[in-house]
Amino acid sequence: MNVKKEAKTSHLAKPYVAETPWLDSDAVPFIQIKGLSKQFDDFSAVDCVDLNIYKGELFTILGGSGCGKSTLLRMLAGFEAPSSGQIIIDGVDMSNIPAYDRPVNMMFQSYAVFPHMTVEQNISYGLKKDKLHKTDIISRVSEMLELVQLSELAKRKPHQLSGGQRQRVALARALIKQPKVLLLDEPLAALDKKLREQTQFELMNLQYELGITFVVVTHDQEEAMTLSSRVAVMDAGKFIQVGTPTQVYESPRNRFVADFFGTINFFKATVISTNKQSGIITAELEKTGTQVQGTTGGNFSAGDEVTIAVRPEKISVSQQSPEGDHLTITKGIVEDLAYYGNRSIYRVRSQSGRIIQVSAQNYQRSEQLILEWDDEVYLSWDSSCNVVLSE
Amino acid sequence: MNKSSRFIFSSLCFGFAFLYIPILVLILYSFNQSAISSVWGGFSLRWYTALFNNDQIIESALLSLKIAATSATFATILGTMAGLALTQMGRYRGRFLFTGLIAAPLVMPEVITGLSLLLMFVSLQELIGWPVSRGAGTITIAHITFSMAYVAVIVQSRLSSMDQSLQEAAMDLGGRPMQVAFDITLPLIAPSMLSGWLLAFTLSLDDLVIASFTSGAGASTLPMVIFSKIKLGVTPDVNALATLIIGTVSIGIVIASWMMFRQAKRHSIIND
Amino acid sequence: MSNSQPDLAVKPKVMGYSLPLRDKLWRQFVIGLPYFWLLLFFLAPFVIVLKISFAEPIVALPPFTKLFDFSDSASRWVLATWDNYRFLSEDNLYWISYLKSIKIAAISTLICLLVGYPMAYGIARASPTTRNILLMLVILPFWTSFLLRVYAWMGLLGKNGLINSLLMNMGLIESPLQMLYTDMAVYLGIVYTYIPFMILPLYATLEKMNTSLHDAAADLGAKPWQIFLDVTLPLSMPGIIAGSLLVFIPAIGEYVIPALLGGLDSLMIGRTLYDEFFVNRDWPLASAVATILLFIVVIPIMLFQRSQQEQE
Repeated sequence: MNVKKEAKTSHLAKPYVAETPWLDSDAVPFIQIKGLSKQFDDFSAVDCVDLNIYKGELFTILGGSGCGKSTLLRMLAGFEAPSSGQIIIDGVDMSNIPAYDRPVNMMFQSYAVFPHMTVEQNISYGLKKDKLHKTDIISRVSEMLELVQLSELAKRKPHQLSGGQRQRVALARALIKQPKVLLLDEPLAALDKKLREQTQFELMNLQYELGITFVVVTHDQEEAMTLSSRVAVMDAGKFIQVGTPTQVYESPRNRFVADFFGTINFFKATVISTNKQSGIITAELEKTGTQVQGTTGGNFSAGDEVTIAVRPEKISVSQQSPEGDHLTITKGIVEDLAYYGNRSIYRVRSQSGRIIQVSAQNYQRSEQLILEWDDEVYLSWDSSCNVVLSE
Repeated sequence: MNKSSRFIFSSLCFGFAFLYIPILVLILYSFNQSAISSVWGGFSLRWYTALFNNDQIIESALLSLKIAATSATFATILGTMAGLALTQMGRYRGRFLFTGLIAAPLVMPEVITGLSLLLMFVSLQELIGWPVSRGAGTITIAHITFSMAYVAVIVQSRLSSMDQSLQEAAMDLGGRPMQVAFDITLPLIAPSMLSGWLLAFTLSLDDLVIASFTSGAGASTLPMVIFSKIKLGVTPDVNALATLIIGTVSIGIVIASWMMFRQAKRHSIIND
Repeated sequence: MSNSQPDLAVKPKVMGYSLPLRDKLWRQFVIGLPYFWLLLFFLAPFVIVLKISFAEPIVALPPFTKLFDFSDSASRWVLATWDNYRFLSEDNLYWISYLKSIKIAAISTLICLLVGYPMAYGIARASPTTRNILLMLVILPFWTSFLLRVYAWMGLLGKNGLINSLLMNMGLIESPLQMLYTDMAVYLGIVYTYIPFMILPLYATLEKMNTSLHDAAADLGAKPWQIFLDVTLPLSMPGIIAGSLLVFIPAIGEYVIPALLGGLDSLMIGRTLYDEFFVNRDWPLASAVATILLFIVVIPIMLFQRSQQEQE
């Protein structure tokens, strides 16, 4: 494995992994989680989950607190033994392999940098445990220090470093062992906004250059979407949906996933007719009886109660009546607005009494607000943006 | 100051006065020329001279110091192991009894511990021929036994407030449990181990009851000698001894507190 | 400082799978050595005390009859006698000692609590610098010889002691008061010696207490003494229990203080046991006394152990 030193200077985010191994039926997953469960007394933290992660992915497990993601991570690392199920990494069953013998390393949420050792000693700790030759250790440590830009701080102790610097020590310490899998527990949580963005790109670049499979655990959906090749949304010990960021955002499987990412508008409706070929469903919105068309991956039949979901940024707002095909249109009054500079968020009360949230880019330069409270507006969006969900 | 603050303040004053006045009087009278404490005969160091010429006291003091150092060291080792066993090793059969065995010596009346240990030594002697005779060795064993509980409590308390992820990180990087203990855990609890050692040392040096039970011919510890003297009444050379001990300990504590205070300040300035 | 496990109801510490031999041995060593030591030198001795309490005193070394005889081809369990226990239950001296010990220990604990609580409270509320100094001052006497501090009281309370001299010089009394060798002196001695054991756990609990609770209560209209009774006192209960047990249990069996400061009628069981052993040389009887004392303290000790557990 060669570490390309020049790569560290480019801070442009690389595209997502161009290959999509999860679509290739011949590809063997690098990490296989089969029927994995963890029970504490009468409480199931992880409830019989299956997952395949492929080599080179930057895979994120996303969920709120208490969903079981940390327990899952700890089982991957070897700090908890599963109550049942298997973890197979690169073809090897990890069931009887303790944490210190696994080809897995972890970057802890608290960084867990050893306070009584210098940066150098921290980073070389893993290599010393591998009983590497002293000269090898020295050269690899100095390479790694350069990679994470900590060369000048090599002799410092952790309490003399900033939070971001300590994180880099934790990262270097784990990466220097060239693990097959790197686990990251809430890597961006403790950082302030600017540092978070910078670190995001650094992590993605590092992962791409080194080709190590990353498994990230986070509660932050922005983090999940920006970093990952694929995301698994987890709740109450189970995976609700696994897919690419675009998939989970634009084609959520249910209300939970839809609501998890950003904001979304929900409309209750009843199915009138379905077209299995095109996947288009015609449904009648409750209260108004307006007929809308939407797309879905699910199986519905006439008479089913469904939820139509539309993202705020898909909706256009104007004071003129919109024209076009395949549009869903409604009228309303601006009840509330929030101006963010680059965009504005409007909460529009439609004729049926619903509040619809719209996010519009402020593409016109004006010192006055384009739309004000109590303005009458038309909301319109392409019907393909209607996602039909089962609850 | 409102009423309750005044009450608290006066309680503090009264409390500390109560604690310290006897000690101060003790020190004062060690310099008393007269042997009778109610009569102040003038400032004198005669009791200090008497003290240094008292072979019995000096011998017993040396013996006590030897026993204290030995028992403190072993108590620290065993107590640290117990602390680790109770916080780091998870669940195992017999753990509940173990916690009881660590808690009980902290409160067990000394007469019970002393008597039971003595009878134990006697029985062992009958059964396996050891210990051949009682003395410094058996006293040391007794002191180790109750001191290790104190060390264990101190170590336990430090371990439970320590960041668990440090040890997990070491394991994750390839450290086997024993390596993690020596590389990470022990260095981080070293101050607590030192406190434990000092506590065990003091407890041993100060113990009368257990030493009386578990001692044998010829092994008289300092407390035993002092006790036999003071049973009969006040003897000022003991005042001199007390002053010396109190003085040494106080200086030690003040220095230790000051050092700890400085170290804490240093860390808090640099940490967030 | 955060652990990467916010979503666990219970925090298990064992990895759960079977460890390699090296690591298993290390684990067994770390657990086993102190455990074995305590079993051998702390627990087993109690069994021996129990056993010997059934023996008879004889003039021999050791001065009691054997209870287990290997001499014949068949070993016999010789339960020598219940005499010791019978004697204890019949002779009032012992009943009185036990009850008196419990009474003295209980009252001393109460006094320690009444004196120590305001002190602990004051220290907890002080500024960090002052707090450290005060704590140091509380701990300092504890590190100096306990024997010598009791001795200090002998000097103060004696007929020729400082207190009597001062009172006589001030003309408040004509002849010296009998303070030494009284029950009062014993109370004084116990409170004096054990009060740091009350203050420290109390302080630990009070210091951890969230003062915003007091503010919230005050905001809701509670008066200071109500806040104390409704908020502070209940929340400091763990500290009160720990401190009280740390004083009460050892005080029951206290020897030195009643021996030096107490009178002939200040009968505490620790002293009775000691005298039975060293003066009368009646080991079996002393064992019986100890066994009963052990049974008396076993329940408080278990309470203490439970209070320690709850703090984990």
